[in-house]
Amino acid sequence: MRSKLKEDGSLIRVENLSFAYETEDIIRDADFFINRRDVITVVGPNGGGKTTLLRILMGQLKPRKGRVLISGAQSRIFGYVPQYSTMDPSYPITAFEVVLSGRVKNFGFYSRADKQAAADALEAVGQEDSGHKSFFELSGGQRQRVLIARALAPDPEVLILDEPTANIDAEAEKQLNVLLKKLSLEHTIILVTHDLGFVNEMTTRVLCVNRHVKEHPVDSLDDGLIASAYGRQVKVVRHDHDLHHHEGGAE
Amino acid sequence: MSGFLAILSNPDIPFIRMALLAGVVGSIPFGFIGSFVVVKKMSSIAGAISHSVLGGIGLALYLETVVGFSLLKPMGGAMLFAVLSAIIISVVIIHGRERLDTVIGAVWAVGMSLGLLFMAKTPGYGDPMSYLFGNILLIGRSQLIMIAVFSAIILIAGILFYNQLLAVSFDADFAETRGINTAWYQIIIMLLISITVVLMVSFVGTVMVIAFLTLPPAMASLFSKRLSVMIGLSIIFSILLSVAGLYFSFIFDLPTGSVTIVFAGALYIILRVVNTVVKRIRMV
Repeated sequence: MRSKLKEDGSLIRVENLSFAYETEDIIRDADFFINRRDVITVVGPNGGGKTTLLRILMGQLKPRKGRVLISGAQSRIFGYVPQYSTMDPSYPITAFEVVLSGRVKNFGFYSRADKQAAADALEAVGQEDSGHKSFFELSGGQRQRVLIARALAPDPEVLILDEPTANIDAEAEKQLNVLLKKLSLEHTIILVTHDLGFVNEMTTRVLCVNRHVKEHPVDSLDDGLIASAYGRQVKVVRHDHDLHHHEGGAE
Repeated sequence: MSGFLAILSNPDIPFIRMALLAGVVGSIPFGFIGSFVVVKKMSSIAGAISHSVLGGIGLALYLETVVGFSLLKPMGGAMLFAVLSAIIISVVIIHGRERLDTVIGAVWAVGMSLGLLFMAKTPGYGDPMSYLFGNILLIGRSQLIMIAVFSAIILIAGILFYNQLLAVSFDADFAETRGINTAWYQIIIMLLISITVVLMVSFVGTVMVIAFLTLPPAMASLFSKRLSVMIGLSIIFSILLSVAGLYFSFIFDLPTGSVTIVFAGALYIILRVVNTVVKRIRMV
């Protein structure tokens, strides 16, 4: 399995993959690969299977058909950055504890190396002074960075970010963009986003997920591509130097 | 106060001393596990488990009186039903095939009903009040030893699995991506809740044990940014409440469980108001 991946140089290869929760396929006949240092943007409508695809890649869901070939152990290769808005804001936890939980194992206490890795990860995202603060007292941008630090703490090969610009302001978005560009030099990045302006410059490949998974060249991020991915007309408009997309109706 | 201290040191009246020790020792697992119950918003689950134990108590009383099988004992029956309830609810949470609230309600009501039915069919035993609302006269030496042993087990398990329980309770999806067996830890926390609940049934009863499990951590959460600090404060609040409840029930000749819970409720309201006022003053 690994030798095959080494031969074609890819880090992850998805072959003929289908997935269904009940009887109807959520993902059907997906074939694609991800190379090292790729920055993959995953677009598609809600319910189109983006999150399901990520969960299959991370080993949380088993495909009905097909397979996922990964160069490395599934739990070590991925660093997942979820949306913090899904978390309970009353949970008593500091930013450092959040990052340290990125090093958690099935049994045992944290070692000195774990704590050092957590401190290094916080420093890597520029939040070394936030460690002792309550996670939910931080700004949206700071929380996003702390969650990226948590994902970085176990030193993963691939960073997966789920809607990283949701719930953060424009200034935090700019800073996040700079951080991700820096991280893309050493990591493969998979971004699930609706904010195409945010990723346009750094994206190497685009995957459109709407039951089927189709790859598109980076320079094809335009109205037509987005409309085909979302299954309806979507207008992409330019705001200053950034690209954003707007839908005609509620998604 | 001197009268209370005299009773505590009187060798002919051991039950107050036993109740005090049970309250203090039981407060440790209660503060620990109660904190996870509060941060995970599992009080309805804990409520279902605590009420279902009446079924096990009724079964033990019935077996002892009618069948002549005396090995189970009420606390053993309570533990059996608590663990069974925890497993049923865990399976539903993990597999998600049924509506969780429906199952919680069913476990809650069916367990209690079974208990009342068993007690109704147990000759010479028709009063479930002691188990519903607590009775410190039920706390004997053997039960005190059981509380101490299980408290130690819960504390050791809680310390051993603390990092995992924190990671899973904060963000189970992320923990799963790190290869953590979240279903296993879900079952562990449920089993720890079920054992904890049984420990204080005699003190506050099956109906009110949920308040003793959640109010001290709720008070502690007002003063803590970290779960570990919340657990420490919660244990301190639990000890204070159990001692105060016993003291005031002795002074005013009232049921210990009810006095403890009313005292806990009043203290929580006071602390909540003070906390809100202090925060507003700081903001000005």
